[in-house]
Amino acid sequence: MITQDLNPIYLKLADKICDNILWSKYEVEGRIPSVRDFAADHEVNPNTVMRAFEWLQQKGIIYNKRGLGYYVSHNALDLIKTIRKEGFRKEILPNVFKQMEQLNISIEDIIKEYEIYKRK
Amino acid sequence: MIEINNLKFGYKRNKLVIDDISLHIRKGYIHGLLGKNGTGKTTLLKLVAGLLFPDSGEIKAMGFEPMKRKVGFLSDLFFLPEEFDVYKMSIENYVKTHSVFYPNFSEEDFYNYLEEFEITNKKSKLNSLSFGTKKKVIIAFGLATHAKLMILDEPTNGLDIPSKAQFRKIILRAMTDETTIIISTHQVRDLHNLIDSILIMDEGKILLAANNQEITSKLYFGIEAQPIQTQDKLYSEDTIGGNVFVKENKNFEESNIDIELLFNAVFQNKAKIQSLFPNKKGE
Repeated sequence: MITQDLNPIYLKLADKICDNILWSKYEVEGRIPSVRDFAADHEVNPNTVMRAFEWLQQKGIIYNKRGLGYYVSHNALDLIKTIRKEGFRKEILPNVFKQMEQLNISIEDIIKEYEIYKRK
Repeated sequence: MIEINNLKFGYKRNKLVIDDISLHIRKGYIHGLLGKNGTGKTTLLKLVAGLLFPDSGEIKAMGFEPMKRKVGFLSDLFFLPEEFDVYKMSIENYVKTHSVFYPNFSEEDFYNYLEEFEITNKKSKLNSLSFGTKKKVIIAFGLATHAKLMILDEPTNGLDIPSKAQFRKIILRAMTDETTIIISTHQVRDLHNLIDSILIMDEGKILLAANNQEITSKLYFGIEAQPIQTQDKLYSEDTIGGNVFVKENKNFEESNIDIELLFNAVFQNKAKIQSLFPNKKGE
């Protein structure tokens, strides 16, 4: 067993690029690193990086300028947030609900915790 | 890139080390050649490089028969053996004398790779360097040849911890769509994100030859808190993080290859693996 996380690497790379866009490391309408540079920097096979880029392109988050490379779409931030909200609703919440059931945690308990969190 | 048909080879007359291998090795991939000790990996690599001659069968690499050792073949091949001797020669002179055989050699790239490996004194005599440092010089040289076919036999053996990451970065910078790399290794942890095609050998035969996408389309690598026994599971083991397993990917779920799990699954289910991944070349 080598990896603890068995999610496909190309999705992890896509996630990383989304983070970089959210944190403005890659700017909207700016160019992102080439497949080869990204692969070398992250020590990942270029074919895997290509799959990540294709996934992001298919979601409309980045686009290809022929011969120039990949650029961040003007509406990338909204797209990323929409995709992540969807992931939160479909993957993270059901997990939380399952744990709540197992541990007898009510939704009121959660609200209480949330209010404490917000006050910090 | 490489076509192998019914290849047989033995060092002694009555014992085949390569036992009727037929295989297609595709261009543009980093192939990981895996197998237990003494199963014929190095022998296969030497045959492809033209350093050994087949007893029967044929090999075509980049359109050439390796055993004929034509200039067109050798100038586009770089072979890094697991063990090697070096001359009493400075790095600088080594490059001057050896680069002439490789038309696409880039001296600039060579010194950049050396710098990445933190080797700065190009006047150092090769024979005075440690094994790991020698190996780094030879690797930097090999990648700077920009040969279309690079065969690396246990490249990370003898490299220290930082050099392994440097090696991965350099190899990725050096390769293009035209480069095919075959890496034989036991150090799968060093290279698992680099490799995108896997060849598994056992007793002179190929058990599995498939690229990562083919593997993940047919096998699913997962983890669960409690082991659940099902028919389609090929292999499972308990780890701190939970029970990790390999099963047939009947629901077309996406997952990430874990080479160690794959290797164990292949050895526990040789027949099943062969039916899931039929050798397209046939017998």
